[in-house]
Amino acid sequence: MAELLLQANNVSKHFGGVKALRDVTLSIRQGEIYGLIGPNGAGKTTFFNCLTGLYIPDGGGFVFDGKSLLADAPHQAAERGIARTFQNIRLFGNMTALENVMVGRHVRTKAGVFGAMLQNAATRAEEAAIRQRALDLLHYVRIEDRAEDLAKNLSYGDQRRLEIARALATEPKLLCLDEPAAGMNHTETEELRELIDGIRRDGTTILLIEHDVKLVMGLCDRVAVLDYGALVIEDVPAVVQKDQRVIEAYLGA
Amino acid sequence: MKKWLNPRSAFGITLITVALLALPFVAAMGGQAWVRILNFAILYVFLALGLNIVVGFAGLLDLGYIAFYAVGAYTYALLASPHFGLHFPFWVILPIGAVVACFFGVVLGSPTLKLRGDYLAIVTLGFGEIVRIFMNNLNAPVNITNGAQGITLIDPVAIGSFKFSTTTQFLGISISGPQKYYYLLLALALLVIVINLRLQNSRIGRAWQAIREDEIAAKAVGINTRNLKLLAFAMGASFGGVAGGVFSAMQGFVSPESFSLIESIMILAMVVLGGMGHIPGVILGAVLLTILPEALRYGVGPIQMAVFGKMLVDPESMRMLIFGLALVLVMRFKPAGLWPSPERKRELQDAGARNG
Repeated sequence: MAELLLQANNVSKHFGGVKALRDVTLSIRQGEIYGLIGPNGAGKTTFFNCLTGLYIPDGGGFVFDGKSLLADAPHQAAERGIARTFQNIRLFGNMTALENVMVGRHVRTKAGVFGAMLQNAATRAEEAAIRQRALDLLHYVRIEDRAEDLAKNLSYGDQRRLEIARALATEPKLLCLDEPAAGMNHTETEELRELIDGIRRDGTTILLIEHDVKLVMGLCDRVAVLDYGALVIEDVPAVVQKDQRVIEAYLGA
Repeated sequence: MKKWLNPRSAFGITLITVALLALPFVAAMGGQAWVRILNFAILYVFLALGLNIVVGFAGLLDLGYIAFYAVGAYTYALLASPHFGLHFPFWVILPIGAVVACFFGVVLGSPTLKLRGDYLAIVTLGFGEIVRIFMNNLNAPVNITNGAQGITLIDPVAIGSFKFSTTTQFLGISISGPQKYYYLLLALALLVIVINLRLQNSRIGRAWQAIREDEIAAKAVGINTRNLKLLAFAMGASFGGVAGGVFSAMQGFVSPESFSLIESIMILAMVVLGGMGHIPGVILGAVLLTILPEALRYGVGPIQMAVFGKMLVDPESMRMLIFGLALVLVMRFKPAGLWPSPERKRELQDAGARNG
């Protein structure tokens, strides 16, 4: 069995009286594509937000890459190697596509104010490396020809790709994608499938929230189903698809 | 960098350099008062570019910026005047002023980190006033700031025996005090322009812009938003501190009156009117907003006399009226500022297209 990358232990989160997550325990293995599905409001995005430090869980916690994850520091999650995209795309709209990805390099580079002011050799070399890496990543997600366009002027599908490129720029061990296929047509979804598969083959573990059941079942090594904030089942797609509780909760009887 | 070398640019730069170098002598033909106005224009360029880091780059609306200018001015005043009997040279005090103002920037910035937009503006406005009121009242029980009377007889900038306050003969040309300060200020302004330009196109500058665009996304890619916002406050405050020090030395006198809310608003107006986040725009805004009210001061009275043969409106009220009207017109017809960055211009045009 492959090594564990992420272990969620009894993660709970409630908003007032609403229990968005109830003792969710699941584990993601190194190198797999892990799907997280469930009906609307099941707590998928809440789980994401807890994992990436935007929300502080009310109970439980995460062990990532052998060490526990601090609860309330989004930038530290990225530093540790967790990158994410957002359900409703959150790009830096008035920066170019290239700059968006360059911002993603922030956490893996270190030039400070004095470096910027003095423009010494180390800073210039780092800046050139940032630019080159960002260009490579744009090429990787196949939007290199849009590098100089403002992010907000990109097409919807390209914005999704750009967000993935920006996330990859942080050199994540775990890439969390929040409904990347939402609003995409069949062809675009198929291209996305290839992209995600390629990212995994290049060595990044992927956690995928998705509504498109066909995409999830075809792509994921294992799938977890959330319903009303609680974990229903965690298993390989073939088993999950046949589970009676899942069919009732999500796929519709 | 290469485009700097083409002959047209080189010619342009030479022309601008010559013009800037000759300017104080041209202005002096209209009297030394005009040289002083020029000096203030450059001082405000300096201040506006400092504020531009906070407001334009990081997107933090700071209405109390003048507080750091005040801190710098008082630091200089206390360390180089008979008030405490201290007389340090300016090249020692200016960095001290920058550091002290930077410290205050962090102190005042840290409680505001979770605030945005209007809320941040109100809190910083409050801080600005607090600093001014402190300056006004720190004369008892221990007299630190000399209260509302302010501090007088502040040492002018001097390098050895070369004093910036007096007229010197140099190669047969007489250079007045204000003219010397002009060159000092010009050098400082060039420095701050270079720093601004370099920061903008750096890892830090991009991170600031990312925070301005979408703070949550910025956090998600691993930007430590708390530290970077503090850094913006600290950098802006340091520039304010240096500007304050030069102001102190140039005037020879500081009092709390110079650091009122209207000053903060003026500096912000320079940044917004010129073109937020766009360095040439901010420079233009600062120069216009300093020169225009002064030009009106000298122009309104005589023009009325010439046209109507008598004073119809008090020149002082007329001046502020025209000035206010000009600001309103600019914001109506050029909402992105007089000289906005290309991106910002597009941003507002798109917004207009959507609404219309």
